[in-house]
Amino acid sequence: MKAFSELLDRLVLTPSRNGKLRLLEDYFASVPDPDRGYGLAAITRDLDLRSVKPAMLRGLVAERFDEELFRLSYDYVGDLAETISLIWEGPGGGTRPLSQVVEQLNAASRSDAPALISGMLDRFGPAERYALLKLATGGMRVGVSSRLAKQALARFGDVDVTEIEELWHGLDPPYVSLFAWLDGQGPKPAQAAASPFRPVMLASPLAEAELETLRPQDFMAEWKWDGIRVQAASQDGVRRLYSRTGDDISAAFPDVIGDMDFDGAIDGELLVRKGDAIAPFSDLQQRLNRKTVSKAKLQAFPAFIRAYDLLHEGAENLRPLPFAKRRERLEDFAGHLPSGRFDLSPTIPFKDWAELAEARAAPPDPVIEGVMLKRLDSIYVPGRPKGPWFKWKRDPFIIDAVLMYAQRGHGKRSSFYSDYTFGVWTRDGELVPVGKAYFGFTDEELRQIDKFVRDNTRERFGPVRSVRAEPDFGLVLEVAFEGLNRSKRHKSGVAMRFPRISRLRWDKPPHEADRIETLEALLPD
Amino acid sequence: MRPDDLLHPTPQGLFCPAGNFHIDPVRPVETALITHGHADHARAGHGRVLATAQTLDIMAIRYGDGFAGATQATGDGPIRINDVEVRFHPAGHVLGSAQIAVEHDGMRIVAAGDYKRGSDPTCADFEPVPCDVFITEATFALPVFRHPGPQDEIAKLLTSLKDFPERAHLVGVYALGKAQRVIRLLRDAGYDEEIYIHGALQTLCDYYRSQGIELGALAPATRDDLSKEHFAGRVILGPPSAFAAKWAQRFPDPVIAFASGWMQVRARIRQRGVELPLVISDHCDWSELIQTIEEIDPSEVWVTHGREEALVRWCELNQRRARSLHLVGYEDEVE
Ligand SMILES: [Zn+2]
Repeated sequence: MKAFSELLDRLVLTPSRNGKLRLLEDYFASVPDPDRGYGLAAITRDLDLRSVKPAMLRGLVAERFDEELFRLSYDYVGDLAETISLIWEGPGGGTRPLSQVVEQLNAASRSDAPALISGMLDRFGPAERYALLKLATGGMRVGVSSRLAKQALARFGDVDVTEIEELWHGLDPPYVSLFAWLDGQGPKPAQAAASPFRPVMLASPLAEAELETLRPQDFMAEWKWDGIRVQAASQDGVRRLYSRTGDDISAAFPDVIGDMDFDGAIDGELLVRKGDAIAPFSDLQQRLNRKTVSKAKLQAFPAFIRAYDLLHEGAENLRPLPFAKRRERLEDFAGHLPSGRFDLSPTIPFKDWAELAEARAAPPDPVIEGVMLKRLDSIYVPGRPKGPWFKWKRDPFIIDAVLMYAQRGHGKRSSFYSDYTFGVWTRDGELVPVGKAYFGFTDEELRQIDKFVRDNTRERFGPVRSVRAEPDFGLVLEVAFEGLNRSKRHKSGVAMRFPRISRLRWDKPPHEADRIETLEALLPD
Repeated sequence: MRPDDLLHPTPQGLFCPAGNFHIDPVRPVETALITHGHADHARAGHGRVLATAQTLDIMAIRYGDGFAGATQATGDGPIRINDVEVRFHPAGHVLGSAQIAVEHDGMRIVAAGDYKRGSDPTCADFEPVPCDVFITEATFALPVFRHPGPQDEIAKLLTSLKDFPERAHLVGVYALGKAQRVIRLLRDAGYDEEIYIHGALQTLCDYYRSQGIELGALAPATRDDLSKEHFAGRVILGPPSAFAAKWAQRFPDPVIAFASGWMQVRARIRQRGVELPLVISDHCDWSELIQTIEEIDPSEVWVTHGREEALVRWCELNQRRARSLHLVGYEDEVE
């Protein structure tokens, strides 16, 4: 456990990719089986522990600490596991191997778990407590993507990373056979998984100036839908739904899995229906990040896949084919699928860029985020190659609003007033809050706003300060957002989608900021 | 008399009407009593300043000789200001730091300023003073702050020097107090190599030495005749702000360390881009704050700058009268 907790701490603090790779390689080389395999699985979040709920940890804390003191600490630290690891007091004096911790956590019944965890917390030091809690809650985030971990494995065993990626979904922690192969002590494990994940191809953002260098006839355009990118693989009777990072999300989507009555692998966008229309992203969120899903949710938020690409059909790998060819195959393939669950991403006809820009400016559906451009001759390659695919996002809406309240941030920003509530003028000449943003500015701008807040505080309420906001004195923020909804919860009657600060308008007097009428005009009917 | 009549917060800082003076005022006032030389407590431009001789020296180093209309150094004994008796007691924070005891009509309030309880050879130890009201800082007033022994933290730096002999070790320190303490801790751990310092630390290190604090061999970190490789495996101290600048590029593949009580929280470590956090603080941690309140056992505790809410809450839970002063103008970041 000690080696593992040190690895976590050092990974978090090591900025360079190469440094992280070196730390992981050292860990694989110095820690014996099965601990290193469990450590790897914890980092790639493939360790399927009977998970401990944050509520249980809060229960443990409540037995020992004042609720208010704990809340203040948690507010400051910004992370539950870290807060508990720092605040806990115990006699210390005992560590144990990671594998033993994993086994004990798995063997513990729901009613035994609290005593087991608090016993370990008592014996461990702060760093090990942190590692234990991250492990037990499944909240391991150490700045190491699953891909980086696989690259470290590849370097450690001196093999190609695609070999590891293709094997990955057939392997289970603690990966003894994989390490034996990488150590040179055993044969390469056989590809054990049916319907493996195939690393995804991504588009790079389009700078409009680039269009001049591109020929319209080389490209196909389709809408960029605001869902999540998925891969639906069904081979040899095994059906899996993967996120774009290769996480298996099948369990949350039994409706989609149930209708995957095909032999192949589709790349597409996962969306949710609402009547005949496509539901906004907030509805899709009701289905995400769940281990299981209720009947009610299945009925209220039925999911479907809008197909972009076909990667595999039967035993045939289509990825080396040009996109135009794959698209033809996809059109055939999709014709045989249950239409309520799968449909084809429509293409956008256009002769020149101006025509496409016009289409992009007036998308036929609110759940469209922009336009995708794909070279007709592009083969399907993993990663984000520059050139074959572009995403051309819709321009955001922009308004000028006045800073009204500022709140202390969490974690890394807890020393700054970094969460801003801003408002626009009502018909009565008062400011009404219309949104809240906590990103979109540089560190330097954060310091400037923080100083403005401290120098111009009107009142303090706990972590919140109200700020001078008068027609002739105040700070105007240019706010960008993706859309606007009606809201009964907000006094202004509107709620912004993805608001962020796009510019600080130190030059602009507050009375020149926007009025609520401007926003009301943007509301959907 | 109520304690508030003797001392109360104003926008300028804590004010004593009977003595017509302020303690650590954040704006220019007629008479200022100053606890210690950190910039947020000791500002230039007051009419008269009363402080320890060392704090006055430090202010003169920082702001030049004319930093106040008039100055007066305190000794060990009491000083009368109008009808009020004031007395300075060591606070254990940095060289010259003091708590200020204010007494009038049988009531005594102690404004501790910034203070710590752990031993530190670069300044006099904190002295508990019995009082009716104890005014405590709250920089690290959350139960998550438990500072480890500073010598264990210095051991981490020494280990890293052994592990990475090819890399320079840049340690971020504030110029007053932290720099000299880290040097002293290194010396006490047996490190007797030359230590390189940023120009911003020079005068205060010289001043500490003039006050009899041994710092061993120090050399400027920026000398044109030294090659980049010369700094491999060396310790270089500088203000953290210098590390982002071009200044840091002269050193080989630097390990960025930072000596601060904030280094206990991961988000803070990441925020500063620190690779080697050293939890070394000039302030009390949670248990020291509590220890101090229990030891002094005042009838009332006033809490200022930092995480006031948590300490006030602890006092409530332990049946102690406490309130937050909501003083503004004291920096959180600067230790
Ligand atoms: Zn200080």
